[in-house]
Amino acid sequence: MASIFTHEFNTPIYKGKTSFNTGLYIDGKFVDGSDKTTIDIINPATGKVITKVAEATPKDVDIAVAAAHKAFDTTWGLNAGGAERSRLLGKLARLMEEHQQELAAIEALDNGKTFTWAMDVDTTFAIDTIRYYAGWADKIHGQVQETDERKLSYTRHEPIGVVGQIIPWNFPLLMMSWKLGPALATGNCVILKPSEFTPLTAIRMCALVHEAGFPPGTVNLLTGYGNTVGSAISSHMKIDKVAFTGSTLVGRKIMEAAAKTNLKDITLELGGKSPNIIFDDADVDQAVNWAAHGIYWNHGQACSAGSRIFVQSGIYDEFLEKFTEKSRSLKVGDPFALDSFQGPQVSKAQYDRIMGYIQSGKDQGATVHLGGDRNGTEGYYINPTIFTDTTPDMKIVQEEIFGPVGVVIKFEDDEDVIRQANDTVFGLASAVFSQNITRALTTAHRLKAGTAWVNCVNQLHANVPFGGFKQSGIGRELGEYALHNYTAVKSVQVNLGHVM
Amino acid sequence: MTPTFTHDFNTPVYKGKSSFSTGLYINGKFVEGSDGTTIDVINPTTGKITTRVAEATSKDVDIAVDAAQKAFDTTWGLNVGGAGRAKMLGKLAQLMEEHQQELSALESLNNGKTFSWAMNADIPIAIETIRYYAGWADKIHGQVQETDEKKLTYSRHEPIGVVGQIIPWNFPLVMMTWKIGPALATGNCIVLKPSEFTPLTALRMCELIQEAGFPPGVFNLLTGYGSTVGAAIASHMKIEKIAFTGSTLVGRKVMEAAAKSNLKNVTLELGGKNANIICNDADLDQAVSWAVHGSYWNHGQACTAGSRIFVQSGIYDEFLAKFTEKSRALKASKTWDKYGPDSYQGPQVSKNQFDRIMGFIQSGKDQGATVVLGGDRNGTEGYFINPTIFTDTTPDMKIVQEEIFGPVGVVIKFEDEEDVVQQANDSPFGLAAAVFSQNITRALTIAHRLKAGTAWVNCVNQIHPNVPFGGFKQSGIGRELGEYALANYTAVKAVQVNLGYIM
Repeated sequence: MASIFTHEFNTPIYKGKTSFNTGLYIDGKFVDGSDKTTIDIINPATGKVITKVAEATPKDVDIAVAAAHKAFDTTWGLNAGGAERSRLLGKLARLMEEHQQELAAIEALDNGKTFTWAMDVDTTFAIDTIRYYAGWADKIHGQVQETDERKLSYTRHEPIGVVGQIIPWNFPLLMMSWKLGPALATGNCVILKPSEFTPLTAIRMCALVHEAGFPPGTVNLLTGYGNTVGSAISSHMKIDKVAFTGSTLVGRKIMEAAAKTNLKDITLELGGKSPNIIFDDADVDQAVNWAAHGIYWNHGQACSAGSRIFVQSGIYDEFLEKFTEKSRSLKVGDPFALDSFQGPQVSKAQYDRIMGYIQSGKDQGATVHLGGDRNGTEGYYINPTIFTDTTPDMKIVQEEIFGPVGVVIKFEDDEDVIRQANDTVFGLASAVFSQNITRALTTAHRLKAGTAWVNCVNQLHANVPFGGFKQSGIGRELGEYALHNYTAVKSVQVNLGHVM
Repeated sequence: MTPTFTHDFNTPVYKGKSSFSTGLYINGKFVEGSDGTTIDVINPTTGKITTRVAEATSKDVDIAVDAAQKAFDTTWGLNVGGAGRAKMLGKLAQLMEEHQQELSALESLNNGKTFSWAMNADIPIAIETIRYYAGWADKIHGQVQETDEKKLTYSRHEPIGVVGQIIPWNFPLVMMTWKIGPALATGNCIVLKPSEFTPLTALRMCELIQEAGFPPGVFNLLTGYGSTVGAAIASHMKIEKIAFTGSTLVGRKVMEAAAKSNLKNVTLELGGKNANIICNDADLDQAVSWAVHGSYWNHGQACTAGSRIFVQSGIYDEFLAKFTEKSRALKASKTWDKYGPDSYQGPQVSKNQFDRIMGFIQSGKDQGATVVLGGDRNGTEGYFINPTIFTDTTPDMKIVQEEIFGPVGVVIKFEDEEDVVQQANDSPFGLAAAVFSQNITRALTIAHRLKAGTAWVNCVNQIHPNVPFGGFKQSGIGRELGEYALANYTAVKAVQVNLGYIM
């Protein structure tokens, strides 16, 4: 019997109750995993177990895939027209809106981000994303190509079929909406594996998906580990496409598995070491505020984090002083306290990893300008940290830390900083701060990154594409662009007069 | 204080109450017309007055335009991003859904179409159209064009500003949604004139628009006559674009007024005399059923009515017999009471239209065509006309050339494919057309050769919010519905940013 998780929130910022089934969600039902095992969900603010959830195994992946194919052939896919898919997604968005506070609270409890951020950004953006893709569902246009009048040539943009989606722990609900939105809008059935660290909002969503009226088998949720469930999905012979967001390391495994099995199409959203370039002619106060947002938002657990902050020498001292001041002022504390800016890192493993990088920075001779240590004695809290006096080869400059650790680098020359910014295997995002229109736009155009922010950082919109150059990923999410990830183009050519 | 219209529906198919203001809707408020005059709204089932509504004058147009412009500059236009516009339109669709029965009943009361058609076709299409355009609101994409690296060149698709919209009486609520959907999605403010015959659902919608949260001035409703309010809108110097659906006759006036005033952009959805070509290799029974729908849907009051039915000689006799039988059954087996559960066809919308149609029927008789069925009034109260079929026509007859807009079909025998395509295209109109054939080559080739904005193959009168609709030739200018409609309401601005060229 799948069990129910009930939790009473009694906090300064939110009071409310949640209660939901923590089973796997397959073919419209909540069920135990095939091996009847469970996974412990830890509260990163305390290090204690919140609840257990059902664990999926590769056998459950097979069961879910079979259910998904059945739905695709009968009740979903092209059997449900765009208007119907639109209606269901619209309903889902409305249900999310009705339960927004509850979802935000669960997210804060599970992930450690503050309730305020979860409300203002995560859940709001997730709702907007589902609503945005509800709008696309009846606008999946094929094309008619002119060849000659003795022929009708057109394309259909058909759903692929059963798609696998593996999402990370940093923005659990948001990542789920980025995946489900376009996949369902285009008519696919989904096998989704949330992170084993942060499955709670995903599981709660299944009840809403069910209530919205999506036919059984269209959305299936399998909480489990990467090396079991994730691996089973990426190498499944009957999954026609897999979309993954996570580390570059695991992204390689996904691509390899796809190559070795059925050559399933893949899209990958991987890591970043994004440069934030601040020129002498920047609005310094604005640059300071954005730079702080760039590195500390979500406790530095953002693939787009502006973690390499290049500051031109003319304003370096002023910037560093103000940036340090700003960073020091950020309140680290309980996710449900009224004024917390930053909660704990998501897990002990992440905590250790970040502390390891901090240590390597110290070992390799960088200066700890601020922080560099744990906050408190309970939970996985790390103080906002600034390193200076680095060299390009240091680990903290090269590798993605995924924590509240910024590296500030002085530069002189425009050409040189662009070269340094691009000198990385990553290419997810970048930012430029300058009030000069020519410098700002030219630099943005020259940065090898999927997003170039000008005079801002970490701004995302449901209708603006997002994704990486180079080893930061393959393909684009969000916007109209995401639709391509989930459609198979069929050309139909009707002969109206050519005679053999 | 503007009067309220209250009506208690107590019918076999619907019981319920409706109550709403009958004023003009300007700047978020219901107001009297500037002259304090009213228009009588007639029930076409009885010929009696349903209620009076406020009448707008050209002065009210000026007031509304000012309010619309103010809203555009402050609370609407690009001041509200696409996501915000999407949300409000989504809410409007939801509210319409909640009031679906009430809106259907009002439409039926005002227009004469049966409650059943309003409930199952009109209002669902209207709701779907608003919901569809809610989805476009945050997807109004400009474009970036590659020139070279010393330049950033992109286009913005901006809202035009204040747009005028004039809609007809045949599908009042549906026509309103085809207009306001794309206009609001793209960020424009609207001054809309419903038909003076059928303003009731439009008036009811104003309260829903208000409840959905659209800022005052974004949508304005002015009930009035074409020669006063319509003309004022078409020639207004501060209205930047006009969209009109109605007769070709009036369409010309609208375009002329636009030309003579400020060269405002014009889209027109006008009349049709649509060909329905039924080939020997058609599925005959299906063709009969669709042809009935093509001729009699909405009492023939559809611009897309398949009013010229060309039937190939091999199946002519069988078709005519079955078509007549089916058309007769519309009268025999269904009640004429539009609130009866079996109703198919109600009265024509007004005495005016009734007289006009009867006039065409008379001309058919006078010019020597054969009346195979109908050709006369039904009953003695209200504007009911029996389903009518003419045969033995010649191409020059009025009933073959001109748009009748009533339940009157003309059945024409043809031999030759080439000839029928030529006959079908031999019309100043070009709104829609249909082909019935099971042969893939014949069906598609004919469809491609017909000079019409819509070519239906093995169906007729099928409309979808995401499929473009509009006319060739004198049936109109521009396309409504689908993504295409967005182009009617956006002004493209190209922005060129020099990043390195030196003068």
